[in-house]
Amino acid sequence: MPLDHRKLLTIVTEAALEHELAGEILRLGGTGYTITDARGQGGRGVRNASWAPSANIRIEVVCADATAQAIAAALRERYYDNYAMILFVADVAVLRPDKF
Amino acid sequence: MVWFFVLGITAGLLRADLRLPPAIYDFLTILLLLTIGMKGGVELAAQPFAALLPQVLVVVLAGVLLPLAAYPILRLAGGLARADAASIAAHYGSVSVGTYAVAVAYLAYRQVAFEGYVAVFLVLLEMPAIVVGILLARGVNRRTQWRPMAHEVLLGRSIVLLIGGLLIGWAAGGDGLLPIAPLFMDLFKGVLALFLLEMGLIAAGQTTSLRRHGVFLIAFGITMPVVSGLFGAALGWLLGLSVGGTALMATLMASASYIAVPAAMRLSVPEANPALSLGASLGVTFPFNILAGIPLYHRFAEYLHRLGG
Repeated sequence: MPLDHRKLLTIVTEAALEHELAGEILRLGGTGYTITDARGQGGRGVRNASWAPSANIRIEVVCADATAQAIAAALRERYYDNYAMILFVADVAVLRPDKF
Repeated sequence: MVWFFVLGITAGLLRADLRLPPAIYDFLTILLLLTIGMKGGVELAAQPFAALLPQVLVVVLAGVLLPLAAYPILRLAGGLARADAASIAAHYGSVSVGTYAVAVAYLAYRQVAFEGYVAVFLVLLEMPAIVVGILLARGVNRRTQWRPMAHEVLLGRSIVLLIGGLLIGWAAGGDGLLPIAPLFMDLFKGVLALFLLEMGLIAAGQTTSLRRHGVFLIAFGITMPVVSGLFGAALGWLLGLSVGGTALMATLMASASYIAVPAAMRLSVPEANPALSLGASLGVTFPFNILAGIPLYHRFAEYLHRLGG
């Protein structure tokens, strides 16, 4: 079975940013995204999702390398200073490359 | 009912393994918002709109004035950065539905009559302080994205449910609501008690940030609501509200937002530290209002009415 390679971009950040980031991802060429609720601890303390201001989300985007770079760069510039946010990129293999 | 709040705070401070599922907290909030809206709507139907208009204007103006008064205090006395001072000012200019609900229950328990349409002011007071807060932090700046912010606030859960409840109560009238009264009206106090339990847990979580920025925020978080409560009581008295209505108005002015404003500030003034504003509004002012403030504002109202006749 032939597999194609794409990037998996994962962003863990504040739930407050959900709408804004979803728009940003699509604008920068992502074809879709998956959002799950998350909680954890990091540089900005414990974010335990007990209520809205302390809730985190985890956004996953499968996309081409260039798109992943574009999204990462845009987020770093706009959000890294003031928001709890981490992002990382991994290689993944997909079955239907035309989807991503 | 206050004891549920105390239980929540105590459990939170002891880091007990107690947490309401987020969905339950959401559900309780929805019930409270709809109930407050519907109660207000029923009374609104009996009220001529023309008589309400001047009151509405005065209340909105008060919502603009409060953050403007708080800002210089935070900036000069507190030595806070501009964004932080503006964000906290916005929190204190806006209102807390939870505090209002407790005040309503308090008055009902004491059998003090009040104007239920004060709930309309609850809706009106949410927005102005946010706009003032953003202007204080940013000045008039073209980069401020007003449209998504307005969408976020005006179509946020609290405004939609409050206005929706008001309209439903207004359209259905007291008798029309009877079939659903067992859920919304009869359970109101039980729902409020559970809500306060969760709020106590959340408020206890804010104390860590207070430990760092301590004394000034605590002093501000107690002084500000007392002063604005007095201001609100005077306002309610001038507007010709009853003792109960005046006490509610004082509570509205004294309460600080912890839902709508934090969300709006996070998006519009991201450099403001949310730990400071939430620490003050939720860690200090909300508990103060629940435990001591509301009876005090009731006292203010009684005093003014006795004084002024």
